[in-house]
Amino acid sequence: MATNERVVMDAQAIERALMRVTHEILERNKGTTNVALVGIRSRGVYIAQRLCNKIHAIEGVEVPTGIIDITLYRDDLSRSRQQPAIKGTDIDFGMDDKRIVLVDDVLFTGRTIRAALDALMDFGRPRDVQLFVLVDRGHRELPIRADYVGKNLPTAVNESVEVRLVESDGCDEVVIARAEER
Amino acid sequence: MSFSHRHLLGLENLSRDELTFLLDTAASFKEISERDIKKVPTLRGKTVVSLFYEASTRTRTSFEIAAKRMSADFISLSSSTSSATKGETLLDTARNLAAMRPDAIILRHSASGAPHFLAARIDCPIVNAGDGSHEHPTQALLDLLTIRERKGRLEGLTVAIVGDILHSRVARSNIFALRTLGATVRLIGPPTLLPPELKAWGETTSDLHEGVRDADVIMMLRLQLERQGKNFFPTVDEYSRYFCLTQRAVAGASPEVIILHPGPMNRGVEIASDVADGPDSVIMGQVTNGIAVRMAVLFLLVNRAKVHSSSEAEAPVAETRPPAARLRRRAG
Amino acid sequence: MSDQLCISGGTLIDPASGTSGPRDLLIGDGHIAAVTEPNRGSGKGAAIDARGCWVVPGLIDMHVHLREPGYEYKETVETGTRAAVAGGFTALACMANTNPVNDNAAVTEYIRERAELAKLARVYPIGAVSKALRGEELAEIGEMHRAGIVAVSDDGMPIMNGGLMRRALEYSAMFGLAVIVHEQDACIAADGVMHEGAVSLRLGLKGIPAAAEEAMIARDIALLARTGGRLHIAHLSTAGAVDLVRDAKARGLAVSAEVTPHHFTLTDAAVDGYNTNAKMNPPLRTQQDVDAVRQGLLDGTIEVIATDHAPHHRDEKDVEFDHAANGIVGLETALPLALRMADEIRLPVERLVGAMSTNPARILGVPGGRLAVGDVADVTIVDPARQWMVDAARFQSKSRNTPFGGMAVRGQAVVTIVGGHVVWRADDVTANAAARPA
Repeated sequence: MATNERVVMDAQAIERALMRVTHEILERNKGTTNVALVGIRSRGVYIAQRLCNKIHAIEGVEVPTGIIDITLYRDDLSRSRQQPAIKGTDIDFGMDDKRIVLVDDVLFTGRTIRAALDALMDFGRPRDVQLFVLVDRGHRELPIRADYVGKNLPTAVNESVEVRLVESDGCDEVVIARAEER
Repeated sequence: MSFSHRHLLGLENLSRDELTFLLDTAASFKEISERDIKKVPTLRGKTVVSLFYEASTRTRTSFEIAAKRMSADFISLSSSTSSATKGETLLDTARNLAAMRPDAIILRHSASGAPHFLAARIDCPIVNAGDGSHEHPTQALLDLLTIRERKGRLEGLTVAIVGDILHSRVARSNIFALRTLGATVRLIGPPTLLPPELKAWGETTSDLHEGVRDADVIMMLRLQLERQGKNFFPTVDEYSRYFCLTQRAVAGASPEVIILHPGPMNRGVEIASDVADGPDSVIMGQVTNGIAVRMAVLFLLVNRAKVHSSSEAEAPVAETRPPAARLRRRAG
Repeated sequence: MSDQLCISGGTLIDPASGTSGPRDLLIGDGHIAAVTEPNRGSGKGAAIDARGCWVVPGLIDMHVHLREPGYEYKETVETGTRAAVAGGFTALACMANTNPVNDNAAVTEYIRERAELAKLARVYPIGAVSKALRGEELAEIGEMHRAGIVAVSDDGMPIMNGGLMRRALEYSAMFGLAVIVHEQDACIAADGVMHEGAVSLRLGLKGIPAAAEEAMIARDIALLARTGGRLHIAHLSTAGAVDLVRDAKARGLAVSAEVTPHHFTLTDAAVDGYNTNAKMNPPLRTQQDVDAVRQGLLDGTIEVIATDHAPHHRDEKDVEFDHAANGIVGLETALPLALRMADEIRLPVERLVGAMSTNPARILGVPGGRLAVGDVADVTIVDPARQWMVDAARFQSKSRNTPFGGMAVRGQAVVTIVGGHVVWRADDVTANAAARPA
């Protein structure tokens, strides 16, 4: 960890948040009927998988879990300095009438979620789409809000928030850093 | 890993990494064609123009579908509808088109080097859809993708290419890329169509059965019937007798051999019907992959063109408050 | 003596008179008046300071396409002869593939008149072998000889009809004219656009195998042995061709050959990127072929360097490779390329002058090629050390089709003198018309 980083959620905090959200999802949707999880690449996918496991542990049901790559739906493709790598979308269940829980690690401007919604719509017509983010750091540029939030984290625009997960980064933590000292 | 060329003129000068990146990108586009709504908005508002000086329905249609699935607008010009019939040179035609600011031009032309000629003179990404006997990069990419899907890899495979190698742009593009990716190439055809310099690229033989023995992949080339009369072979019948891929020939190849053909097939001439329709044939898979490859190519070229062209497009954005995301990236 | 000119301080290189060293040259009445030790000049007339330079018999290019009549948009006799003198050439022989073809006395005379009007380099027309270059019937060689042709050639077209070739060798002997041949079997070459080899295979371009040239040379050497006459092979380009000529010469046959600067400088690799300024006939070949023609120059198998100066308009070159016209301009780049090659293969300067002046004069039977007393005062003053950059935009030729644009080169003709008149001075030469040597 760099010296200007601050851990705002450790592994235990993340685990508790995920546990709480799992129960919230089950409560709100009154169980698992027609519920499906869709994780946004990359870390959203791992979080969605964890939620899927937790739901299974509680309800004994494996809800359908899909992966969405929003690269092709981004609104900033022509402004991006480098070529984004496309890893592909994988949704092997029907979208129609499902209650989709979209899962991402950090909610910031809201543009990623907007792109994800566009992508989802191309797959069909879900009954509704709910949003879970592990961290909501504010500074929305579009009218997007999360239904389930792991942690609300007020940040300055020039700070950066990074979610690290065992599956991709070797540990579970959420850190915030001031950008210029990276 | 990325593709940083402005044009796709051929595969000869692409590195192993670049070829792999192209194939990976194409693979990730496949699922779009399996959805109910086969469209992504990525190239919305972009204009792709195809300029075909040689007749071709399948390649042009494949590009058209690819462009439209990316939400681009597609304009199709063929030599009979274009001003070429009025005597306009290729350069003037292309300049006129370029002045209408398309986001990509797809060119098929009977002169080797025609896309290179244009690329040096007009400011628009060019996709080579086949230039004379030189290259046909998107065809080879879809062939490679198909092979990779079935075999899991390209390195170390033995690929037998059969037919009119001398005149084939499909063969050249495939040979260049296969060698870069570590495959071994065998070239089979009558000596009149196998120039001696080919030996630098792979084993050559005029014995079909010998040539496909133990091969992992057999790629049949279309026999262009207009070559008859120039003494490359006496008759189509005689050519067929020695070079038509029959079940008997396939029996000598590897038991897991796959068979490709760029199409359109001359059934019974270069490939027997039962082989073309048989279990080893992946010809239909090639067609599907063709669209994914062309979507990927258009995505990479059109997207990059915007990114790397002059920055007038960036200026208006700078005047508003820069979004946090951009600040974060800039400071990082 | 009128129009006296004194060239002093230079090194005279005149293999035909066996002179190679510091000499002053005195010119009067358009002829060489005296060749003296340095600084023994009479002091009369204009002086040219040739210090640091070579003084050589005027260079003669025996293979040039002047394009007039018929293709004046590419070049005219005037612009072509200006390009010639700028390149150091005092004389040139021009090919017959004009429009109309030079297969009769009228066109021959027309070309000579245009050259006289221009008053730059001497122009010796080459007449066609066959009517309209069709390769079927002999043209009126005798008539054209009376009008002033110095050789016959269907250059541009190969003489596919062996029977006609035989008769041409026999008939032209009557007038002492060499038959200059463009050796490329059209059936073997088919629709090739570059050398058939590894590069053409890679680029997907149809190739012209070396055999297309060699097969025809072998045929014509066999005919020469039967008929007598004189055979001169234009733009030799392959190793096999050099061998055939060497062998024929060893047998005592009257065959000679020329090579172009591009064929001893570039290989087929120059076509990479579909560069139409690397498209010509015969095509650029492989390194082995380049080495062989250089060896041919060294051992005397190839006696002449001639440019095959082939001007083409931009519209004819700025197209797809298959459709581009064949050929490049050469008059203004020949000298530095030849000097560089001579340096690289250690060809003595005298031999180089022989290849670019003495031998062409002899083969064509025209004045020049030597600077002895009484010889015509066609002189080229060469600064072998002068560095410059090839800039096609500043060519004297009307056309710009060269692959050597932007090349840094060394060696330039600084003064070109025809018949005792200075017809060309390169920009900052120290030519002093009024001052007298100390």
